Amino acid sequence: MKRRVAITGIGVVAPGEPGAKAFWERITSGSTATRPISFFDPAPYRSRVAAECDFDPVREGLSAQEVRRLDRAAQFAVVCAREALADAGLHDGDLAPERTGVSLGSAVGCTIKLEWEYAVVSDAGRLWEVDPAYAVPHLYDYFTPGSLAAEVAWVAGAEGPVTVVSAGCTSGLDAVGHGCELIGEGTADVVLAGGTDAPISPITVACFDAIMATSNHNDDPEHAMRPFDRTRNGFVLGEGAAVLVLEELEHARRRGARVLAEITGFANRSNAYHMTGLRSDGKEMAEAIRAALDRARLAPEEVGYVNAHGTGTKQNDRHETAAFKAALGAHAYDVPVSSIKSMLGHSLGAIGSIEIAACALAIEHGVVPPTANLREPDPELDLDYVPLTAREKRLDAVLTVGSGFGGFQSAMVLQRPGTAA
Amino acid sequence: MSAVVTGIGVLAPNGLGTEEFWSRTLDGVSGIGPITRFDASRYPVRFAGEVPGFTARDHLPGRLVPQTDRMTQLALTAADWALLDAAADPGDFGEYDMGVATAASAGGFEFGQKELQNLWRLGPRHVSAYQSFAWFYAVNAGQISIRNGLRGPMNINVAEQAGGLDAVAQARRMVRGDTPLVVTGAVDASLCPWGLVAQLPNGRLSTGDDPRTAYQPFAAGARGHLPGEGGAILVVEDAESARRRGAPHLYGEVAGYCSTFDPAPRTGRPPRLAAALRGALADAGIDAVDVDVVYADGAGVPELDLAEAEAIAEVFGRNGVPVTAPKSMTGRLNAGGAALDLAAALLSIRDGVIPPTAGVTGPDERYGLDLVTGARHVRVGAALIIARGYGGFNAAMVVRRCPPAAPRPARAAAVIQGEGT
Repeated sequence: MKRRVAITGIGVVAPGEPGAKAFWERITSGSTATRPISFFDPAPYRSRVAAECDFDPVREGLSAQEVRRLDRAAQFAVVCAREALADAGLHDGDLAPERTGVSLGSAVGCTIKLEWEYAVVSDAGRLWEVDPAYAVPHLYDYFTPGSLAAEVAWVAGAEGPVTVVSAGCTSGLDAVGHGCELIGEGTADVVLAGGTDAPISPITVACFDAIMATSNHNDDPEHAMRPFDRTRNGFVLGEGAAVLVLEELEHARRRGARVLAEITGFANRSNAYHMTGLRSDGKEMAEAIRAALDRARLAPEEVGYVNAHGTGTKQNDRHETAAFKAALGAHAYDVPVSSIKSMLGHSLGAIGSIEIAACALAIEHGVVPPTANLREPDPELDLDYVPLTAREKRLDAVLTVGSGFGGFQSAMVLQRPGTAA
Repeated sequence: MSAVVTGIGVLAPNGLGTEEFWSRTLDGVSGIGPITRFDASRYPVRFAGEVPGFTARDHLPGRLVPQTDRMTQLALTAADWALLDAAADPGDFGEYDMGVATAASAGGFEFGQKELQNLWRLGPRHVSAYQSFAWFYAVNAGQISIRNGLRGPMNINVAEQAGGLDAVAQARRMVRGDTPLVVTGAVDASLCPWGLVAQLPNGRLSTGDDPRTAYQPFAAGARGHLPGEGGAILVVEDAESARRRGAPHLYGEVAGYCSTFDPAPRTGRPPRLAAALRGALADAGIDAVDVDVVYADGAGVPELDLAEAEAIAEVFGRNGVPVTAPKSMTGRLNAGGAALDLAAALLSIRDGVIPPTAGVTGPDERYGLDLVTGARHVRVGAALIIARGYGGFNAAMVVRRCPPAAPRPARAAAVIQGEGT
């Protein structure tokens, strides 16, 4: 019999207050978490806005050693993993270690630690042959971000397959997709899957400045990120994490776990076109969507909500609008499409997982989150982008997509428990 | 459905191209030497495996060179050679029939160190527009996809050295799905001051003062390993489809794989490497006696060598199987090293020869290893490759001689025991 994948627990650290509850309240209220960058002086930068988490690691239960050792991205992941396990009703000793895995996405790993430790050993860039006397004990953990998955594995006691999936901005989707593969093929019964990134650091802000991908609506930080709006001019950098407990459906049923949703389809494709550019036809994203729906054995008309990539760049919003039309046909005009990045910013390799969490909660609550800041529709973008206000709607099947550097396009289908084929 | 390797592209410290690498490896010619890419005189580690005589402009379009780190230039060249070796013309495949599954332990960190220096010394406006996509962990997969028009599924694993095998396992998953050809493997390199210093706090790098003896896996005098750059890119295909199109080489079948993760420190639970070995054999459907050679991880750190020797003895018995670690001639190439070992194992099958652990006159007696220290001519039907990633990642893979095309053998065991070509 085919092994099916259930989501039985969710942990989220999103901009604003941490926790899945605060996250869901924010994205259904339509209020944004974007604000002037507070982590460092943003004055020399073109884009000076970010979506920051109000995250106090001590208040979130991390030990002094964890606070010292862990990059902010690892701190987010550990806190999310603990919340997800508790949410799934799993306690120490409940999971068989060898049947438990981790698949964690991250686009840029431990960027904040890497940059600041670089600044120390290089004496603020003066030394090319950097000074080893100032290298901190866990420096290599920041260098190669497998450490992020290792920390989550330690939280869960996982001794099965453990990996980081680092595919740029689709990492959060691809890591969960990989977790589903591990369960589907029988390698694991439970996988903690998700994504984490904490990129609000001078080097990341400078990178996106250089290619003008981020918004410079610096004078209106709360409304800086405007997906699908005529006045959009790029994304706002965000941070955060989500970890899901993925569980083989029968395993979940046997222990009487609550099933939030099933993940029934996943696929990704590459555009083989450009590291950062997108063709306006959205062809490969459309193909990923078709393949994901095919695996879920769903017709396009059965999709009740589309969680868009919605980065608010000119090219992205055109690209995915075309992809939705190509993959869903006439139904693209009927189905609500929204971008929660309008409220949370773009947390690179984390956001795909945060959006999967949003989809699972949308199914559970029967609510479609809105696209904030969408006040002046772009005549070129003619779908229903759910402007400003959340909508109540029973959702049986939802689609979430991601698009990232390298030309990567990913799509995933989630379904209400009991409705999947 | 079986997944077979049909193309190999190698750039290693002891050879450019598969045949040069292989003949030098069999002759015990080491690529370890003094670090020349930067002034290492202030560091306790003076030697590394640098890829010699590689000029990116000889192999790649000029416009790509300023956009890419050296490790991406090596990876793109290796991918070109692998596809050439496989005689696979992307034009002959369906639009989404070719995928990419690579691994990385670091990104383009030499490029990244330059841009961090620009940022910290000169300011954000001096950061290259290419930094955003030149350094991140997914860069090689994206660039390989774009250069070769590979538009099928993609994935990038990060699990330090173990990721190199995880990626090939992912390629096999894709092939077993609906993607006939996948470009996989890894090329890794962080031979810049920042990359070297990041590894120093681990205490695993050798500070030996003789390049011939500084890295001696399993030797009584082992005192750590050396870093290196390079790796191997492989073409993995569905066996039927490869035969149908007349692929010139069927190097071997990716027959078995397992990955495990070690328990957290101080839990008192046993390590999980032996479980990975057993899992890979079980997945291949063979017994320990069917394995003709083990390519060891060979950390060159006494406690790690001991742990690996114990795992090998647990599965194969003391002195139960020939063991080799030719990475003593290249240094540890991280994810690239596992892929390179896999390539060497396939060449062992092709040529009936096991390369030496050059530089080691004999293993420490307490390990109970039949360590191959001079090229050994023996028929190789199946090989097991071991790769461990820093932090607790274990991976093991079995490759075996491809069964004859037709008639299909009744039992896999018959193929392994049978007479080869």
